[in-house]
Amino acid sequence: MNWAAVAAIYRFEMARFFRTLAQSFFSPVLSTSLYFIVFGTAIGSRIETIEGVSYGAFIVPGLIMLSVVTLAISNASFGIYFPKFLGTIYEVLSAPINFLEIVIGYVGAAATKALFVGLVILVTATFFVDIRVEHPIAMAAFLILTCLSFALLGFIIGIWASNFEQMSLIPQLVITPLIFLGGTFYSITMLPPVWQTITLFNPVVYLVSGFRWSFYGLADVPIFFSLLAIGAFTGICLAIIWWIFKTGWRIRS
Amino acid sequence: MTTILSITDLRKSYADGFEALKGVSLDIEEGEILALLGPNGAGKTTLISTICGITMPSSGYVSVGGHDILNDYRAARRMIGLVPQEIALEPFEKVQNTVRLSRGLFGLGRDDAKIEDILRKLSLWDKRKNAVKELSGGMKRRVLIAKALAHEPRILFLDEPTAGVDVELRKDMWEIVRELKENGVTIILTTHYIEEAEAIADRVGVINGGELLLVEDKDNLMAQMGRKHIEVMLTEPVDAIPDALKQYDLTLNGAGNAFVYSYDIHGERTGITSLLNDVAKAGLVLRDVQTRQSSLEEIFVNLVSGEQA
Repeated sequence: MNWAAVAAIYRFEMARFFRTLAQSFFSPVLSTSLYFIVFGTAIGSRIETIEGVSYGAFIVPGLIMLSVVTLAISNASFGIYFPKFLGTIYEVLSAPINFLEIVIGYVGAAATKALFVGLVILVTATFFVDIRVEHPIAMAAFLILTCLSFALLGFIIGIWASNFEQMSLIPQLVITPLIFLGGTFYSITMLPPVWQTITLFNPVVYLVSGFRWSFYGLADVPIFFSLLAIGAFTGICLAIIWWIFKTGWRIRS
Repeated sequence: MTTILSITDLRKSYADGFEALKGVSLDIEEGEILALLGPNGAGKTTLISTICGITMPSSGYVSVGGHDILNDYRAARRMIGLVPQEIALEPFEKVQNTVRLSRGLFGLGRDDAKIEDILRKLSLWDKRKNAVKELSGGMKRRVLIAKALAHEPRILFLDEPTAGVDVELRKDMWEIVRELKENGVTIILTTHYIEEAEAIADRVGVINGGELLLVEDKDNLMAQMGRKHIEVMLTEPVDAIPDALKQYDLTLNGAGNAFVYSYDIHGERTGITSLLNDVAKAGLVLRDVQTRQSSLEEIFVNLVSGEQA
């Protein structure tokens, strides 16, 4: 393993993040605060508690997932697309490194940034609502796995995209609807039975449900299925990336 | 001399059927400067990209310092530095950080003294904390060279290093190349400026249509170029070269009204004076005299157009 190269990519990608630290830090703080003002206080005050948890506290895990998933995808897709766009990818391709090292460097950095923002949101939320974390290890595991797996997906999107439009296509048309319809702001038990069944085909449901369970012990689906879903998703992304580098698809003609 | 880079029957075809390289074979000696001359689209960049691992070869074999570029790519690529043709740099990053990244990518630990040395040699030290986007085009090109040198490569590829560069920077670039050669770095540069090949190369290769048409020692090429031809036109045609002029190895044209004499411009005596004296003595009357010189450009154009014909 060429760990020096992994570290070099990771450091270079993190530098991009630190250059815009104010933006990286304040924008999630602001958006989270807005969510709490609108959903938690204004609307939430008219909603009863959900299984003993106040609405404001109930949405915290979903809110974190929403930001983390979106950011992991955008960071990773941008991280690999930008060198393609600028042409600086030549250096990565001509360096003595293999696909695994490239992925660890880029995806690792993207996941770290998403994790950082997730933690910022968590801390911000404590200023608005009472949060308890019943299963801290499970919470950390879900959060880290989500950051990693969606950063892998972002990496695939960044390799696939041949313009900036395509970069936002999947996040906007697929990921955002899945997250909003995935029980981020509600329990799926609130839905009519037919929609509950349909919703079970949405992988984000398993993610949010598992993550919320680690906070309040409340889950829409069994925790085992949540773990299985995120594990399978990570596996699929890894397999696709392995294939991309094996064939050189869209990067090495 | 040992061979540091060996290319055997290298071919590259793209999915659309275009053959960018049609079986290139070439051995490059350690420490030499090889200039690859060719028009746009000749296959120069494809050749370099394939050796450096950016493009996959369709067939053929390349070894760098004895390491196969596919099976032993790590060892092979560690020896190579690449300065691409297009300026491709992360615009928002500081100069020194982009150079550090390059060193790291090639598996070497951080070495600020080495980076300082490279940046100073390239007159970039004062700009090390500037974002790349603040630099001029010429400075950006230097940053590309600094990045390529950051891992102390044994072989440096310069893909058209002086395309679109002003005269002063071009001279600087040549100076940098000569210094690298003194440090034992093997340099392969592509160019379509013939004067560039003349100025710095040890050997010159001509590539066109994906084929290597010629690889020749530059001095040999210069010697061919150093011949000059004098054409003597006569008022009255002759049937044959008069006996008095036999010693000059003249070539008479078909109509018999002109002959050509070739001489070496570097020679101590060109023989022109005695030839013209003897022409007058032989009773021939001159109508006109003209000289012409074969240049590398002419050799190049002949090769390339011969290929296309």
